[in-house]
Amino acid sequence: MSDRPNEIVKFDNVGLRYGTDPEVLSDLSFTLYPGSFYFLTGASGAGKTSLLKMLYLSQRPSRGAIRMFGKDMITLPRDRLPDFRRRLGVVFQNFRLVAHLSAFDNVALPLRLAGTDEAKVVKAVSDMLDWVGLTHRSQAIPAAMSGGEQQRVAIARAVIARPKMLIADEPTGNVDPDMALKLLRLFEALNNRVGTTVVVATHDVHLLKKVPESLIMRLNKGRLSDPTGALRFPPRPEPQRDQSK
Amino acid sequence: MSANAEQSAVRQTEKPHYPKMRGGLAGKLLPQTRLGGPIPWVIAILIALVVIAAAGGLSLRNLADNARADLSGAVTVQIAEANAARRDDIATNTASVLGQQDIVTSVRIIPEEELEALLEPWLGSAVGSDDLPIPALIDVELNRKASGDEILALEAAIANVAPKARVDAQSEWLKPVYEALAALQYLALALIALIGFATAAAVWLAARSAFSNHRETVEIIHLLGGTDEQVTRIFQRSVVRDATFGAVIGLVLGLAAVWLLGRQFQALDSGMIGGGGLDWSDWLVIAAIPLAGILVALLTGRITIKLALRSML
Repeated sequence: MSDRPNEIVKFDNVGLRYGTDPEVLSDLSFTLYPGSFYFLTGASGAGKTSLLKMLYLSQRPSRGAIRMFGKDMITLPRDRLPDFRRRLGVVFQNFRLVAHLSAFDNVALPLRLAGTDEAKVVKAVSDMLDWVGLTHRSQAIPAAMSGGEQQRVAIARAVIARPKMLIADEPTGNVDPDMALKLLRLFEALNNRVGTTVVVATHDVHLLKKVPESLIMRLNKGRLSDPTGALRFPPRPEPQRDQSK
Repeated sequence: MSANAEQSAVRQTEKPHYPKMRGGLAGKLLPQTRLGGPIPWVIAILIALVVIAAAGGLSLRNLADNARADLSGAVTVQIAEANAARRDDIATNTASVLGQQDIVTSVRIIPEEELEALLEPWLGSAVGSDDLPIPALIDVELNRKASGDEILALEAAIANVAPKARVDAQSEWLKPVYEALAALQYLALALIALIGFATAAAVWLAARSAFSNHRETVEIIHLLGGTDEQVTRIFQRSVVRDATFGAVIGLVLGLAAVWLLGRQFQALDSGMIGGGGLDWSDWLVIAAIPLAGILVALLTGRITIKLALRSML
């Protein structure tokens, strides 16, 4: 397997099955590069969420090899996982906010888990809530917020610690078009200005056109495909990106 | 992303570094419940039982020790003679001979009135009549616990003046009592061990239940980079809080029961029972029981959560 340092993720012949059921993902081989913007598309049930689960280290594959940040994730001990999870920002499909914590405390969670000084946490979270337009809702618990507000809290939580890779599962599904565009611009800003690798799972084809620089991974019945029918990704040569980003 | 948000966002370290959570987060991550659940009260009852069992066991130990100390250096010489005048002569001569022995520190012929008073509850008005002669008793204090050979030597020394006299080591009379007291102490120890096990089991069940109820929160914490130790500390706080509450209540209940029992036994006004009081070191042991209970709960809670976390990625 290649040990190229600029590979942030490399899947090699990965398959996933739950229990004794047939594989939901088969023969996945692809590489994600730092500073790239990827869309993951596919019909419902194609396996997008299962693939993302392996990306955000919530699920180990049934077979194959996964390297992330230059390390073999298959043999990585459990106690090393937090170090890698802290490099990721994840927007879950159902938000997964802590139900009894306020919007402020939910957004602050990654920083506090990382032991960040409380004064810095307060400043960072306040700025982030201001940016997603939820300052006035900072003390609201998730149950008291609308779906769109919860989604914005989930996104703020995912990006607050400036992750090396942002993984978002249908992040614009519950927000209006204006907010969807605003969130997409946030992801682009992270991608372009901070160099965060972004992976967005969506079935919204209009969204794909909003980020011209993006690469598209298409899942079909648990296998990666592209418009030419090739099973490997990316179908085109490695993108030449400005490493100074 | 706004410039402010960008500047304020904090970079994470490259190396694995898992510091403690800030902002009192460990206390917030589980919903703060009132102390209305059953576990604090179960722990309170168990701690109260341990306090009572420990106080009982320590009291029995003191009682046995005091009795043993009082009696181990003493023998009783019994002179059975129907003729009262002759019995008194033999007793006087025997006391004189015993007083000359090196091992003997004091000799006291127990007055007849004292003997009659001791026997009256069992023999009634017959005590003191000529039809029911009472043996003479000589209480002999020794300067050490007498061995079997030394008892025989005393018998030999008085053989000329009191050939039918019987010399009994007083501690031998109470040997069955000591054995019964020792058995009760072992029973108290076994009870304490069983209650300790029950406490651990109660905490184990409570921790498992709490973990199941908050599994979603635990998964979120894990996926955001929380460590097993951080998750364990969250539950540990809850367990220690419940255990501390239960331990304090249990100690108060247990001490109240011990105080009431102590008053009841004091009212018996029995010489032997009077030796069963608790000294300061015993109270220290009893004071340590709630701390031990909290420690058992803490360790059990930690082990339970750590084992439960192993089932998660």
